[in-house]
Amino acid sequence: MKKLIKNEELCTACGTCEQVCSETYFKEENREKASLRVEKEVDVVKLTTCSQCGECIELCPVEALYKDKNGVVRINKQECVGCFSCVGFCPEGAMFYHVEHIEPLKCIACGMCVKECPEGALSIEK
Amino acid sequence: MNYNLKENHKLLTEFQYQPSKADKGYTNKSLYVNLSDNKIKEKEVTEMIKEKFIGGRGFGLWYLWNAVTPNTKWNDPENEIIISPGPVAGITQYPGSGKSLVVTLSPNTGTVVDSNVGGYFGPLLKFSGFDALEVQGKAENDVVVFIDGNKGIVTIEEAPEEAVDSHILAEQLTEIYSESEEDKKNISVVSAGTAAEHTTFGMLNFSFYDVRRKAVRLKQAGRGGIGTVLRDKKIKAVVVRFKGVKGDSNNPADFEKIAKTGVKLHKEICRLDDSQNRMRHNGTTFLAGIMNDYNLLPTENFRFGSHPDGKLLTAKEWIKYFDYNGKADGCWYGCTLGCAKVVCDFELTSGPYQGQKVVVDGPEYETIAAVGSNLGIFDKEYILEVNFYCDTYGIDTISFGTTTAFLMECYQNGIINKETTGGLELTFGNKEVALKLLHQMAKGEGFGKIAGLGIRKQKELFVKEYAADAEFLNDIGMECKGLEYAEYVSKESLVQQGGFGLANKGPQHDEAWLIFMDQVNNQLPTFEDKAEALHYFPMFRTWLGLVGMCKLVWNDIVPESNKDNEEPAKITEHVQNYVDLYNAVTGNNIDINGMLDQSEGVYQFQRVFNLRMGYGTREYDQVPYRSMGPVTLAEYQSLQEQYDAQLKELLGVEPEGKSSEEKMKLLRQYREGQYHKITDAVYERRGWTRNGIPTLETLKKFGMDFPELVEQVEKHQ
Repeated sequence: MKKLIKNEELCTACGTCEQVCSETYFKEENREKASLRVEKEVDVVKLTTCSQCGECIELCPVEALYKDKNGVVRINKQECVGCFSCVGFCPEGAMFYHVEHIEPLKCIACGMCVKECPEGALSIEK
Repeated sequence: MNYNLKENHKLLTEFQYQPSKADKGYTNKSLYVNLSDNKIKEKEVTEMIKEKFIGGRGFGLWYLWNAVTPNTKWNDPENEIIISPGPVAGITQYPGSGKSLVVTLSPNTGTVVDSNVGGYFGPLLKFSGFDALEVQGKAENDVVVFIDGNKGIVTIEEAPEEAVDSHILAEQLTEIYSESEEDKKNISVVSAGTAAEHTTFGMLNFSFYDVRRKAVRLKQAGRGGIGTVLRDKKIKAVVVRFKGVKGDSNNPADFEKIAKTGVKLHKEICRLDDSQNRMRHNGTTFLAGIMNDYNLLPTENFRFGSHPDGKLLTAKEWIKYFDYNGKADGCWYGCTLGCAKVVCDFELTSGPYQGQKVVVDGPEYETIAAVGSNLGIFDKEYILEVNFYCDTYGIDTISFGTTTAFLMECYQNGIINKETTGGLELTFGNKEVALKLLHQMAKGEGFGKIAGLGIRKQKELFVKEYAADAEFLNDIGMECKGLEYAEYVSKESLVQQGGFGLANKGPQHDEAWLIFMDQVNNQLPTFEDKAEALHYFPMFRTWLGLVGMCKLVWNDIVPESNKDNEEPAKITEHVQNYVDLYNAVTGNNIDINGMLDQSEGVYQFQRVFNLRMGYGTREYDQVPYRSMGPVTLAEYQSLQEQYDAQLKELLGVEPEGKSSEEKMKLLRQYREGQYHKITDAVYERRGWTRNGIPTLETLKKFGMDFPELVEQVEKHQ
């Protein structure tokens, strides 16, 4: 199963991953549109990433969520009715939404953020 | 096979239109279909209609008022069935946002009735271009009305070959009108069934296609006999098809607010449901155990509130049957509270479909109590079987159960006997006979014809034909305004007695479900609390039916903040969510008071509608004594200690040395007095006269001083 692996100990919360993600998919630097989140409170860094666990799949009322051949959970935007059930029930809190979009945003383990992370805090497991 | 069914359709008329897209929750059009002359037209939804009637039940009441006269009967061609979803209905982000409200003149009550229902029909109707559907007239032969919201076509088609029973019919029509397996979720069917033709309490099934289980599911507009009206009009079904539902199909004014409010509630349900009602696992079955524990579960025609076998009907017993594995179980997109539970591959043991494996929607709490405990039956598989057959036959489980419970008590008292029932031994606990009676209703045969009349007509009949004691029948016949009671023992709850008796359409809990906050949570301790609750909650709950939202999501999940609220019964955070959603969809800017004002206007309108139809005064708000206190010695004795203590504390009467009959009489006088007292208080709070009629000032206050309404109330001032 292909998925993004995080190492919070190495992360400095520079935010590069969020910028790369939103730039890749929405052509703009806007962390609100990224499919992962990095937060820092005092000295504690929290990285929120999709584990591709697939808990969201059974929740979808129109079966718009599915696992592809690599085990990555994908959204069929054609079918998605934008109910955001998956956003509310994601055990990792890693299903996101942005008000400019009627479908949720999620990580598909593309690895773009991995390439740009200056600290090596992200990797792709295959 | 189903394609052959379609080939045998005869097209009676076709109407083409340009579907209006929803704009801030409204399409500003309604669809009018007349089956007598096969005329179809679009109507404008004016600003006045939106401002005063909001949508849903309000629209239904307005259209029906304009369609009928004071002399119209439920089976006259001019009676209409109106289906309207309301402006908020159809959003997908907030749980419980797909409700339709159905309004008609009721065969049970003779006056206007409203019933709310899930399923996809309402939202798909709106996205097909219509805020409401009015169906008037009567067809000559069985017809299907089909709305294709993508192509902009409405047809009336004679449909001679399809089944009448809903579980087959809805599947046939879903297949006929969908273009592929993937398209089935874009179809919703409204239908009744064979028993709706032979009873007064036929209901409507609203379908949705469950993509995961590949099954057509049915949700019910149960109350008031609307299915009977549907079949009287010779409508087999109304079908809508709309492909293309998206998260912004309502074209709301403020999508961001809706998304935020919706995600907040999804998270709340995710966090709290497992430690609260477990609706996602149990559906509404969780209530059965609580009601049994608190002596509120109707048992043997509401004689008792509890039974040792009640433990067999608790939620943990039902979840063994449910097909659930974290799946989406909403009756509209985005409902993560997911109470629409389902039993798959249930094998039927009786009736025309004996031996077949079927899908059973439910059972919900009301069904468990109505067809189970209230008949003294605690057998789950029997309950599932009755649930299935009531649904497919198109009859209301509540009216079926409450009526059969009444008949069983009549039988046990010798008012009816084996001879009069055609051999049916209608004793409490006799499940085989209850099933037989149900199958007779579907065929319109035997005692099933009498049973299908409902309690009010049975009382008249038994007095006339069998010289029954009218007073006793009025005491034990659990109906008010002609509608059978929903399933709560209200004897010890004055506020729920009022909740049933003072409801506009009859004793249905959706207007004033106060039993739980009164008897379980003890949130309404004083008389003033109760009187105020009988104003606030009916108004608030009516509002949900104006905008197209579910009531269960309001209080079957409770946010953490509620424990610090001064008025925890109101669940203010959720009420504010509704206000926010309404404002976000429509672009209006109301607050909680504005919400209640909207509702109160429609509520007053409905009260005057009752008046116009020859009802709507105090005498029609009187309730059977069984709903207030013990009618029989056995009931008194079952709670003797409690009743004796009440005599002492409340009446200052020493029970010792008095016969049970004397004590029952005293208790009755007291309780009837209390009911009158609360009636007075509620009437005053609602701005009505002591005879229960809205005053002119009240109509003016809520902008309901239309000349026709003023004329009605002036007649009675």
